[in-house]
Amino acid sequence: MSQSTSSADVRKAILDQNKLQDRRKMLLNGFLLLLLLAAPFAVYPVFLMKILCFALFAVAFNLLFGFTGLLSFGHAAFLATGAYTTGYLLSNYSGLTTEVGIIAGTLVATLLGLAFALLSIRRQGIYFAMVTLALAQLVYFFFVQSEFTGGEDGVHGIPRGKLFGAIDLSDNMNMYYFVLTVFIACYLLVQRIVSSPYGQVLKAIKQNEPRAVSLGYNVDRYKILAFVISAGLTGLAGSMKSVVFQLASLNDAHWHMSGEVILMTLVGGMGTLLGPVIGSTFVVNVEYQLSQGPLRDWVDPILGGIFVLTVLAFRSGIVGEIQKFMRKNLG
Amino acid sequence: MSMIFGVPLAVLSGQLLIGIINGAFYALLSLGLAVIFGLLKIINFAHGAMYMLGALVTVVLFNTLGINYWVALFMAPILVGAFGILIEYFLLRRIAGQDHIYSLLLTFGVALIIQGVLTNVYGVSGLRYAMPDMFKGGFNLDFMYLPYYRAWVIFVALLVCFGTWFMIEKTKLGSYLRAGTEDSQLMQGFGINVPLLVSLTYGFGVALAAFAGVLAAPIYSVTPTMGSNTLIVVFAVVVIGGMGSIGGAIITGILMGVIEGLTKTFYPPASSAVIFLVMVVVLMFRPNGLFGKEA
Repeated sequence: MSQSTSSADVRKAILDQNKLQDRRKMLLNGFLLLLLLAAPFAVYPVFLMKILCFALFAVAFNLLFGFTGLLSFGHAAFLATGAYTTGYLLSNYSGLTTEVGIIAGTLVATLLGLAFALLSIRRQGIYFAMVTLALAQLVYFFFVQSEFTGGEDGVHGIPRGKLFGAIDLSDNMNMYYFVLTVFIACYLLVQRIVSSPYGQVLKAIKQNEPRAVSLGYNVDRYKILAFVISAGLTGLAGSMKSVVFQLASLNDAHWHMSGEVILMTLVGGMGTLLGPVIGSTFVVNVEYQLSQGPLRDWVDPILGGIFVLTVLAFRSGIVGEIQKFMRKNLG
Repeated sequence: MSMIFGVPLAVLSGQLLIGIINGAFYALLSLGLAVIFGLLKIINFAHGAMYMLGALVTVVLFNTLGINYWVALFMAPILVGAFGILIEYFLLRRIAGQDHIYSLLLTFGVALIIQGVLTNVYGVSGLRYAMPDMFKGGFNLDFMYLPYYRAWVIFVALLVCFGTWFMIEKTKLGSYLRAGTEDSQLMQGFGINVPLLVSLTYGFGVALAAFAGVLAAPIYSVTPTMGSNTLIVVFAVVVIGGMGSIGGAIITGILMGVIEGLTKTFYPPASSAVIFLVMVVVLMFRPNGLFGKEA
């Protein structure tokens, strides 16, 4: 009798604890949402949109790297594919509304992601990283040679157009709230994926792939799906970026871009939901601040230094370290 | 003039020669990567930067101290190799027990730093290195002109590749290296100083890259970014050859250089992408690479 009461007490205590944590999370998320809604009144909206696009890029990348344990060094290919597809369509077919262009860019990037996944999924660890890097380089050369990309110049003056043919996106505020809506929807989607049974299998694969295999999971199919979703969301980020800046260029396809998204994810905290968002905000800000000051030629080495420091000392990233601290001190 | 498939023989053999020379560089670089990967399980993303350092050190040694090509051929790899050992000792060693992905990211960061700092010091326009006097001129074969220096590059690169292969596959030191790859704890138990072996291996792999850099200095424009794009090609070469094989790295390197040269002759637009295309095809039919073991 006494035993059952005590176990009920424990259960109640755990439930209370969970409720407390849930409430904390709700408060944090609500606060962040308010911040994002109010931000364009204080900060230049285009700069905020740049952060949001990169944040979506990093969130998509983190689904694969942080939650599935696959390091792709070729995600720039999807970003650029989304950007070029959307840019080309919107520039050449004036009848298209903006969302059609963006959806098309996302779809093409998703298909490319499927092709990458099928070629690389049998490889693991660093080998996987090298294969994706080389595939992305192939895509890069394709974009350099193709005519529709404008070669070294890129696609300029992409019209922002009207969303659903009604909302004028050339207005920065309209554009911002559109980008914000898409970003939040994708963030919630990734959150849902990660906490779903499917997401649990991904984490299992990350932690111990042979065991996942022995439990009867067809890990290749799980990994391919994760790769394709990640590539699609990355393409969406690229599509939106091309509409925001009205520009799609070879920069998006260069392997430096693949390195940058790794840095963003790592600095923010891989395998956490909020980490990539914080990380991309941090990196975009660092780049911007440096480019304004006397250190403008030193952006690359400083980013390299942050990379080295993060790998050596803060492998769990900003959010990961805060979580560790909270767990230790707040229970 | 004789023609082959509608291409003048001189043009074809000229491109073939350039292909073999590029292939010699690919072989040296992918060999260094394979050696480092073999014992440390590290994909050395700083390998391109080390290649560049080799070339840059050669130029700087000549410009400031007047040190000639032959001395640089030994000094540059030793200096860069020592620098590599420092990186291994102070940085890579700290994350030795972690997932191998972190060492890739760490060396990527190191490459960014080296490249970025040197770009600020030396600019991006490229430094020139005068060809040593004894290499001026060339053999006039009937169907083509073979500059002395290019012949020398092919000869010495093959020599070094073969020497490395021999040392790793056929000597006692090599057997320690291979045993360390299999089971480093057991090796340690036998009284072999594995950490020292690891440092030296990284230094040696990096020195091979620097050696390639010295060879490249007189024929390519020396810039701080010369290694970064070459490195990606070499990664593809390594994937094609298969990670486990030293000999595979050498053969694939030269083969890919030749294929690139042939593509430049017959269909120039595809020449920079052809190695990656070959990689895709190889991945489809032999996921472990041409010479790779089952993983």
